[in-house]
Amino acid sequence: MVGDVSVMAQSSGSDLGSYLPLVFLLALGAIFAGVSATLGALVGPKRYNRAKLEAYECGIEPSPQPVVGGGRVPVAYYLTAMLFILFDIEMVFLYPFAVSADALGVFGLVEIVLFIATVGFAYAYVWRRGGLDWN
Amino acid sequence: MLALQPPPQAPIDAPQIEYSAILPVLILLGAACIGVLVEAFVSKASRWAAQVTLSLLAILGAGLAFVLYVTDSPERGLTTLYRTIAVDRPALFLWGTLLALGLGALLLIADRTVERGGAFVAQAGIRPGTVQDRAQMASGGMQTEVFPLTLFALSGMMIFCAANDLLTMFIALEVLSLPLYLMCGLARRRRLISQESAVKYFLLGAFASAFFLYGLALLYGYAGSVKLADIANAAAGSAASDTLLFGGFGLLVVGLMFKASVGPFHAWTPDVYQGSPTPITAFMAACTKVAAFGGILRVLTVGFESTSWEWRGVLWVVAVASMVIGAVLGLTQTDIKRMLAYSSIAHAGFLLVGALALRPEGLSGTLFYLLTYGFTTLAAFGAVSLVRDSNGEATHLSQWAGLAKRSPVLAWVFAFLLLAMAGIPLTSGFIGKFVVFSAGIQDGMAPLVVIALVASAVAAFFYLRVIVLMFFSDPAPDGPTVTVPGTFTTAAITLGVLVTLVLGLVPAFALDWAGTGTFAF
Repeated sequence: MVGDVSVMAQSSGSDLGSYLPLVFLLALGAIFAGVSATLGALVGPKRYNRAKLEAYECGIEPSPQPVVGGGRVPVAYYLTAMLFILFDIEMVFLYPFAVSADALGVFGLVEIVLFIATVGFAYAYVWRRGGLDWN
Repeated sequence: MLALQPPPQAPIDAPQIEYSAILPVLILLGAACIGVLVEAFVSKASRWAAQVTLSLLAILGAGLAFVLYVTDSPERGLTTLYRTIAVDRPALFLWGTLLALGLGALLLIADRTVERGGAFVAQAGIRPGTVQDRAQMASGGMQTEVFPLTLFALSGMMIFCAANDLLTMFIALEVLSLPLYLMCGLARRRRLISQESAVKYFLLGAFASAFFLYGLALLYGYAGSVKLADIANAAAGSAASDTLLFGGFGLLVVGLMFKASVGPFHAWTPDVYQGSPTPITAFMAACTKVAAFGGILRVLTVGFESTSWEWRGVLWVVAVASMVIGAVLGLTQTDIKRMLAYSSIAHAGFLLVGALALRPEGLSGTLFYLLTYGFTTLAAFGAVSLVRDSNGEATHLSQWAGLAKRSPVLAWVFAFLLLAMAGIPLTSGFIGKFVVFSAGIQDGMAPLVVIALVASAVAAFFYLRVIVLMFFSDPAPDGPTVTVPGTFTTAAITLGVLVTLVLGLVPAFALDWAGTGTFAF
């Protein structure tokens, strides 16, 4: 596996062509974003209201004066965010495992169970120490 | 539908794992996980006792597994887990050093006789100076999470010294760093400077990790592999441009030098050493230095030896900068913990002289120097934690005046440790400097060694100044008192002083052990 990559890396830049679809995708994305933003600004109706001016899907407003907390975001969000990342990362590793579970065999299964158990320890810690109580 | 089925993959071979070789690390990691569960499920009242017992048993168990393995380990060492971990003689020497130093540091961390309730605060998140903060300073509780965190950090350090590829090394770097960032912020007294040190260490440490990772990426681009041996092969046999190789090497070295607090990447060291709880400072100063230089030795020797004539000049400059910064700025310090921090920067420069020698004498000399420096600095910070007044530790140098009249024992012990750091004969520091500098001379680095000798002479001045202050000055009327430590701290300081003395008188056995083998890859 590693050997193949090293051969590729050391040969000349001729196989850069395989990245061409990626470049197309990048260009397409840029064009799409540019066209929709321009078109929206040009032809869209301009009726502003309170809800429309809020940040889109970005959690609570931190400034200038949010609804609660006198300008601060409650620290409990931090724990929730950390837990979210914890499970997010767990998923990131579970997915490739699931795809090649056949090839990995029993060893892979044992490893992934160990991994889930370790994440479980952290989860048990947060749960027992009140990290999930929303007060 | 059938076309969407992925083609069946060929089975991936499970790695060959030499469990007996990596058992010490596994024991520490396992115990750290159990420690997290103890935090979750054991009642608050019995947590401290449970954690101390668990951690001590873990380190002793890991030490036992280590001794059992060392007695019949293969001479040439072995690699395991897809060649990502190399358990060879240098790694085993560093593991033994780390386990012994970790035991000493753990004893300092566990001590609750010097400060009521221990050196750690119960809730580190409370804002300093508030009513809640004063209330918790008076209470006897402490954050018992420090014990699993210490075990995690220690296991990370052990993996760091044995990591045979850069990715494993990066993971180990994070495993050792993240607990340390947290523990820096837990001092019971002087909360504000403790929190400041934690934030500084975290931000700068994250920055240095990014350098390391960027270097890793460039080296992978060059060699097509993260394994040190493959990078060495690629560097020896490739006609590709060297830009990626040396760009990657430079960035990688910045990350490594940061952890080892080598100047000019030292800026965090004085602040963090000063602000952290002193047991944690002892742990960092002793164990992180050992682990970081273990990693530096392996990277330089295994990965980049064949290109050494290209980069060695740069690291000469780094070594000189480190020695000069440590020795000169150490002179101006008025805080004992900051002074020891600058001393550690100077020592990092001396260690780099040995690491740059890139020959068996340099390897064994650097390993031996790490052993001696670790124990000396552990005991020195242990002693610093005992000199106290009503505000906690009295770290200002003026408060140390005339300490010999109040507590002759502590003054003599500390004077001995300072002499060892200065490199006076009959202490381990002298032998350490001697072997490292002679390896440097054998490798034709005489100018560097001359600079190192001058730097150690300058540094000796500020060590001697403290000794003069302790023995020949009049004590201040409201000066600090010396706390009589309990079993744990006494044991840790005694361990450090004894090793410093024994290695100064009969260094041969440790020197022999340090020189028994080279890196496996």
